[in-house]
Amino acid sequence: MAPVKVFGLKMSTNVARVLVCLEEVGAEYEVVDIDFQAKEHKSPQHLARNPFGQIPAFQDGDVVLFESRAISRYVLRKYSKSAGVDLLREGNLEEAAAVDVWTEVEAQQYNPAVAPIVYECLIHPAMFGAPTNQKLVDECVEKLRKVLDVYEARLSEHSYLAGDFLSFADLSHFPYTHYLMATPYASLFDSYPRVKAWWQGLASRPSAKKLSADMSF
Amino acid sequence: MAPVKVFGPAMSTNVARVLVCLEEVGAEYEVVNIDFQAMEHKSPEHLARNPFGQIPAFQDGDIVLFESRAIAKYVLRKYSKSAGVDLLREGDLKEAAMVDVWTEVEAHTYNPALSPVVYECLIYPAMRGVPTNQKVVEESLEKLKKVLDVYEARLSKHDYLAGDFLSFADLNHFPYTHYFMGTPHASLFDAYPHVKAWWERLAARPSVKKISANMPLKF
Repeated sequence: MAPVKVFGLKMSTNVARVLVCLEEVGAEYEVVDIDFQAKEHKSPQHLARNPFGQIPAFQDGDVVLFESRAISRYVLRKYSKSAGVDLLREGNLEEAAAVDVWTEVEAQQYNPAVAPIVYECLIHPAMFGAPTNQKLVDECVEKLRKVLDVYEARLSEHSYLAGDFLSFADLSHFPYTHYLMATPYASLFDSYPRVKAWWQGLASRPSAKKLSADMSF
Repeated sequence: MAPVKVFGPAMSTNVARVLVCLEEVGAEYEVVNIDFQAMEHKSPEHLARNPFGQIPAFQDGDIVLFESRAIAKYVLRKYSKSAGVDLLREGDLKEAAMVDVWTEVEAHTYNPALSPVVYECLIYPAMRGVPTNQKVVEESLEKLKKVLDVYEARLSKHDYLAGDFLSFADLNHFPYTHYFMGTPHASLFDAYPHVKAWWERLAARPSVKKISANMPLKF
């Protein structure tokens, strides 16, 4: 079977979201770079994979997908049985719902607070030479504290977000949190001991360690 | 079996997202209002259901959920077989992936372009007494046109977003688009005939008509 292809840059958060799932299920894959400088993301070839001209895109034979969370779910559904993992829990109504709840929370609550901090402190300065918008960062830090209050309470009841089992919900947090830890705001997590322990557990997984090596700005 | 409970006002977009799925599978449900004026969304009872103090929340026996898309998927998984519908297509890897792709597009691309127009034209004036921020509206409409270009191309090839079958991806578009049609910018869709036809098919569904009746366009 040919390795699946992930189109995009290894350092990209949303590409990494897909890659960590591929690593967890031990699937063979190839990362195909997309050259943003050369506007490759707006080329007809890439628009045929992702009509919004974004990354990642994905190909498995004649299946072509985009949107990192959709790609990740496809990967987890396809390879989980053979890999002996169950990160979506779709065989159990209640567990699958818990995975979905905390996957949505990452997308709707956690990410909107963390992503601007990562963009302002790391990405904009490194890629565009732009100064950090400190006001935006400060607002996001306040939002993030309130989100972490909820996470601390949740992780005081369970070892992972969806329950006492690792799931896609936890893995979804890896890419942006990895970069948050490279900003001056990494120390926020010191006030949230359960969250910090949960993060350290995720970061020390072989999948996360392997991908982290290629994730820096 | 006791009806499931959905907590939040019936006119709320994210509550409606759940309700339209309950209607599609013919499940029995009860809407329990949450009184925002009385800060009920921040009460200990409600925070126990949704720790972020938002709506909707959901209860089915001892299962308590929040986040409308997660609740909706639970509903569809639980009731689809008995209802004879298949809106998630989880039995087919490729079809399920297409449903997920276009569900993500609604959340991350369509909604961020369209919802500011709804908030600025309808919700903020009615609920906060503030005037419409025309600049936000103009920028959002420009983004929305680019999104609708992609939708027009997609819906020229397939009757629905995930393929030639109605799915959760299409239904997700109902609540905010319903309200968009109550703004002065509804006619934007006239320039996208396949998108307009798709919307009209959705709006004509009994489930959508029933839930729309509790979503007045005049606040």
